[in-house]
Amino acid sequence: MAAEPVLAVDDLRVTIATRRGPARVVNGVSWAVAPGETLAVVGESGSGKSVSVLSLLGLVPRPPATVTGRATFQGQDLVALPEEALRKVRGPGIAMVFQDPMTSLNPVLTVGRQLTEGMEVHLGLDRRAATERAAELLDLVGIPSPRERLASYPHHLSGGMRQRVMIAVALSCEPAVLIADEATTALDVTIQAQIVELIAELQRELGMAVVWITHDLGVVAGIADRVAVMYAGRIVEEGAVDDLYADPRHPYTRGLLASLPVLGDRARGGEGRHPADLAVIPGLPPDPVHLPPGCPFHPRCPVRADERCATEEPPLRPVPGARGPAPHRVATFYDLPPEDRR
Amino acid sequence: MTAPARTPADAPPAPGEVLLRAEGLAVHFPQRGGPPVRAVDGVDLEVRRGETLGLVGESGCGKSTLGLALLRLVEPTAGRIELDGTDVTALGRRELRGLRRRVAMVFQDPYASLDPRQTIGRIVAEPLEVHGLAPGRAARRARVDELLAMVGLDPSFRDRRPHELSGGQRQRVGVARALAGEPELIVCDEPISSLDVSIQAQVLNLLVRLQRELGLTYLFVAHDLAAVQHVSDRVAVMYLGRIVEVGDTARVTGDPAHPYTRALLSAVPVPDPPAERVRRRIVLSGDVPSPAAPPSGCRFRTRCPDAFEPCPHVDPALADLGGGHRAACHLHGVVGTPVDEAGAALLDDPA
Repeated sequence: MAAEPVLAVDDLRVTIATRRGPARVVNGVSWAVAPGETLAVVGESGSGKSVSVLSLLGLVPRPPATVTGRATFQGQDLVALPEEALRKVRGPGIAMVFQDPMTSLNPVLTVGRQLTEGMEVHLGLDRRAATERAAELLDLVGIPSPRERLASYPHHLSGGMRQRVMIAVALSCEPAVLIADEATTALDVTIQAQIVELIAELQRELGMAVVWITHDLGVVAGIADRVAVMYAGRIVEEGAVDDLYADPRHPYTRGLLASLPVLGDRARGGEGRHPADLAVIPGLPPDPVHLPPGCPFHPRCPVRADERCATEEPPLRPVPGARGPAPHRVATFYDLPPEDRR
Repeated sequence: MTAPARTPADAPPAPGEVLLRAEGLAVHFPQRGGPPVRAVDGVDLEVRRGETLGLVGESGCGKSTLGLALLRLVEPTAGRIELDGTDVTALGRRELRGLRRRVAMVFQDPYASLDPRQTIGRIVAEPLEVHGLAPGRAARRARVDELLAMVGLDPSFRDRRPHELSGGQRQRVGVARALAGEPELIVCDEPISSLDVSIQAQVLNLLVRLQRELGLTYLFVAHDLAAVQHVSDRVAVMYLGRIVEVGDTARVTGDPAHPYTRALLSAVPVPDPPAERVRRRIVLSGDVPSPAAPPSGCRFRTRCPDAFEPCPHVDPALADLGGGHRAACHLHGVVGTPVDEAGAALLDDPA
């Protein structure tokens, strides 16, 4: 990472009180993102990837959640900030795009009003200037006849259009950081390609930092500068996207990448004319109420090469030979032999 | 990673006999105050015994409705479906039961497709009762245990309920239920898309193993092209109610003939950063038109980067390009049904 980070998260922990006991959803997560940079936070459901980011913006209710750690944004610690002050950060400082635009757009407000409201409150524009800018934003995100669309309601629009409206709303206050939480997961691949392209273009134009939260290792490969892989509320591996994909060092990362059927790989060649088995990670992710002792992945791990795996949490440390200010790091007690996936 | 080497005995699938054939199949849903939604609008399709036919397309293309129509879980409004040479479009209620024994379905959402109040044992036993299989309590119980074992679940799951299971385990129950009637063909409708990445591979491997062991035929309906390519012998691509391309998996994914297939393939992200950086994506403009008012001629022409003169005037036929590879696109010759006089003049071979 060359530039100063715009958002830096340090030892973030989130515990949520449940009837079954405290659920340890995020267990000491640290990352930073610089202007113009794209960080991908990758994990499966229950890995804590979404909660870790929602909790920064006060979007995880406390209680039942308890949040500790620091998240430094423009000299303030978001974790310690009261709701009133956080409201001023959401939108102009850090904006979010969610998976389901229907739940985050207001169904009874026109598209235009949802765009202008934030600009009037946060940028101090008057109605006329805000409306002008709203039409520009719709045009920017590729919505045809933007001026007419201002009067539309969300249910008038297709899924891809709604997602673009939500991006326009997120961009309306010119945020320093854009967080996209599974922003393209519900969309078809051709629409996903449009949205991914659009965000990259806007990022170049506006110099935003972008944090993509996703389970899709394919999408990440094309958009991220750096990747953090989460499992059971912890980062188990992180690094520059090329390093991490070419030579994954954590058994979980390797398992995930190996389990993906890849377009273009002629995977057939199993018994008879049937396709060969895909590699699988056996078992299920742990229950955050009953996290195993030691490394959270050890019950499913095919390696377990160190006796401490079952008793101690392996710290995130640089892989041998890793260099630079944001080196490739992995949370294991041992070093797997390099694996050249190319 | 650990793919065993291909042995010379591994021949590509022989062109098997046709198990299921759809001809001119259409499903139109009436709409109040408007033209009907043509969810499936003239589909010709063959599924051969023992193969996996992948059916891909984006949301709203009609692929799920087509799958449902083949089991007559929605009624076709036109066309014909043959199973093993028997016309099933005309079957009465009683005979339909026989069809649904021979053709089963695995649904996308194992959360929604399993009755939350029933035990797993009851859910899997139900088709046995309906079809009068394994009569008697003891025999039925033994068969349920056997079916659970086939999908990799311990017999102790019999007494649990769906909410006690993980997503992957629930989908295994959905597969066990589909197997209960000893079907020949299973329509799998997005069977892995609601599952986590590390669980998807488990369920794909299970489906492949069952096919190998039981000689099943699959229609694998999905939007995930990588998964479809992995399991399918042949692939059919659907757009706005029509099949636009069909053929051997290697041909369709390696040398696609329809511009829509090309765009779809180019949009699938690959987990390989250097390859992603140099890849040229065909980004389609605009949205899919409404299936209530499809464009004239070729339905893809409004988004097609290669559209030319005949496209609005001639509805392209699914023409054979050799080797069973078929595509409905005028780039390979203007053939099809003219929609107006201009179209009739543009045909390559006006008959």
